Amino acid sequence: MRPPSTDVDETRTMTLEAFADTIVPGEKRSPDDRAIAGATTGGGAVQAGALDLLGWDATGLTEGLDGFVTALTGHATAYALEHGLDLDPAVPPFVSLTFEHRTALVRRLTTPGHPEKELWVSLALFCNMAFDSAAHMSTADAIAQGHPGLLAMGIEKPDADGRWRFPNFSYGRPLARLHPDTTPTGSPS
Amino acid sequence: MTSTERTDVLVVGSGFGGAIAAYHLAAGGARVVVLERGPWLTGQDFDHDFKLGSSYTRAFDFTVGDGMSILGGNCVGGGSVVYFAAMPRAPRFVFERHGSIGRRMWPAAVNRDTLDPWYDRVAESIPITQQSWDDVTYAGGLWAAACDHAGRTANPVPAAIDRSKCTNCNWMMAGCHFDAKQSLLLNYLPAAVAHGAEIRPLHEVQQISRTDDGGYRVHYDVMDDEDYRLRGESGTIDAKIVILAAGAGATPVILQRSEATLGAMPHAVGRYFSGNGERLNTAIINEDKAREVLGLERENGLAYAANQIGKGPVVANWDRLDGSLPEFERFSLEQLYFPPGLGTILAEVPGATGPSWFGVDKKEILKRWQSWLIIFQMIEDNNEGVFGPPPAKGNADRLSQQMLGVGRLKYDPTPQTLRAWAMADAEVKDILERDGIAEVAAWTNDVVGAYTVHPLSSCRIGDDPATSALDDRNELRGHPGIFVTDGSAVPGALTVNPAMTISALAERAIPGIVAAARERGVEVTYGAPAPDGSTSGRRGVAPLIPSLSRR
Ligand SMILES: Cc1cc2nc3c(=O)[nH]c(=O)nc-3n(C[C@H](O)[C@H](O)[C@H](O)COP(=O)(O)OP(=O)(O)OC[C@H]3O[C@@H](n4cnc5c(N)ncnc54)[C@H](O)[C@@H]3O)c2cc1C
Repeated sequence: MRPPSTDVDETRTMTLEAFADTIVPGEKRSPDDRAIAGATTGGGAVQAGALDLLGWDATGLTEGLDGFVTALTGHATAYALEHGLDLDPAVPPFVSLTFEHRTALVRRLTTPGHPEKELWVSLALFCNMAFDSAAHMSTADAIAQGHPGLLAMGIEKPDADGRWRFPNFSYGRPLARLHPDTTPTGSPS
Repeated sequence: MTSTERTDVLVVGSGFGGAIAAYHLAAGGARVVVLERGPWLTGQDFDHDFKLGSSYTRAFDFTVGDGMSILGGNCVGGGSVVYFAAMPRAPRFVFERHGSIGRRMWPAAVNRDTLDPWYDRVAESIPITQQSWDDVTYAGGLWAAACDHAGRTANPVPAAIDRSKCTNCNWMMAGCHFDAKQSLLLNYLPAAVAHGAEIRPLHEVQQISRTDDGGYRVHYDVMDDEDYRLRGESGTIDAKIVILAAGAGATPVILQRSEATLGAMPHAVGRYFSGNGERLNTAIINEDKAREVLGLERENGLAYAANQIGKGPVVANWDRLDGSLPEFERFSLEQLYFPPGLGTILAEVPGATGPSWFGVDKKEILKRWQSWLIIFQMIEDNNEGVFGPPPAKGNADRLSQQMLGVGRLKYDPTPQTLRAWAMADAEVKDILERDGIAEVAAWTNDVVGAYTVHPLSSCRIGDDPATSALDDRNELRGHPGIFVTDGSAVPGALTVNPAMTISALAERAIPGIVAAARERGVEVTYGAPAPDGSTSGRRGVAPLIPSLSRR
């Protein structure tokens, strides 16, 4: 049974979801979805399982997630002040920012020279990985279950044994002249 | 604390440099122990799976530095288990390079002619196939067709792949399940074991100290086999000869950490690092143009859309490997496949004005992933990398259970390197954007710095003690009996994939190591055949042995 959700959990979840959605944006899960900004159609990092991946200790980020949320909240508040934006107290500050402002802030945090760059890059890395490789689940299962990232990328299904084989793989004809200085072993001379 | 064991030769790392040394020394009669940081995986273990903890993340290591990140092997067999098996020899002009040191960086004794017999030895030991156009995948074929359309040439790349077993699954980085890729697990390493070499996986070497009898003591930690952040017991092994082959991102770190116990290291230890001038570009192919302009068509009426299919790099453009061009203007352009995860995050959106490695437009290009073609540039960089003080353990502070760590490499590209990358970028654009075939963008260097799978030169050979850590036979200056045989010994960028050259140099170092071992009372001889018993390579190098055995 899941413990009853608390405000802290909700702040944390929404803030991380909003970050993941900035990296690989998706469509809102429901009309009143606030964490996902709805900047594109189809599932994004959130639907792809970014929070499951971040919640898995194998990433090395799990223990630090509260710290990320606190820091992102601080950065969002400062950003809003700097740009004269009103934050909606009903949602966490980063969630309250528009998609464009979320993007601008994440760019700032991941730009070379920002003192926290490494941290935000690693968070972004795993959000991206949830979408493009479903690193929290077996790839064959992910495809079978219709994982939005792998599906969007058009990753082919494996054979029944979970392995990929491509019997057709070559145009099978010469397509260029060889470099004149090629040795008999096929290396540059 | 266990009592100290003894062996004749201790090898650190089991990639190309380590496996070759272990095989020859064991076959020659020495007692050999190999300590390898990563797990010992074989065919059955190699998954087709991106899930964290499958072989894809267990077998390699990604170390983020300041300005440069290194991807390398972390398993028995090292980089050979995760590599793409392209095995070209380095062009002749490479050995004449000066870089920025004002003199030839390679030792006088090494050039393409003197290295060719050693390349032959490697080619006899690791079966290498000169691929034909029938072996060339759609991605390689597309690159060849585009080069041809632009008036360039293109070559199928020699590769250590058994075509009869290859399924073109493109899971090479997770280890080859079908044993089609001729990694060291199929040649030098089993032959070394057959001759009595002991390979101990999950043993990470931390430092080296001296013993009273003029030998060395190697200190290691035992690693957890799943969570590499966890360490078990520590131990030591005494050896008469130590061969460092932990790769160019790790060997100098072990030596730096050993400075306290071994005494001062040569200036070049942990300096002059080269990423082999690597840089990646992603082209997004216009399928209609690929059909109309290049005349390409495959099954089901598709023109290309085959990014997922294949076997690493199969076709390279070598037009700029022209020795008459000035240094820093020569490079090769190789078609390549990188899987999702590591092969998508740094790709940027063609034509974007600001950073575009994440966001709406990035997602749009991900949807066209099957039409991606990755082009790998290998330019002549300027050996800019320097390692800062070593971390407490290993060569990086590990972040994730596997794979991700933060290292101490600092890489600040000089204008020559930046200009060379820009030239190569322009060449790729000129070839691929011609007649609308594709839109191209380089991978960003802003996220994890430049990205290399070919770390080199952090402990290089040379004739000049001021700019080389090793003499021309791979012995560490000032520390007799310690040899380095991995990519860190290679003096500079090669403009082609390095494994063949790393291996040839390791083969070349063996006679000198055997001589040093004999001087230390180890009864070992030089002259083992290739791992499968073939002997023509041995005959080829015979005339070179006397000069390499003399000290
Ligand atoms: C994805 C990928 C694709 C590649 N494709 C190609 C290609 O097609 N062609 C090509 O020529 N090259 C390729 N390379 C590069 C090639 O793999 C390397 O150049 C080569 O493996 C380097 O050999 P090495 O002996 O220097 O070290 P490695 O092969 O890296 O071996 C070093 C070993 O030492 C171990 N080690 C590290 N630290 C310690 C320690 N402290 N104690 C004990 N063990 C330690 C490591 O786990 C590793 O197994 C590729 C590399 C990667 C990552």
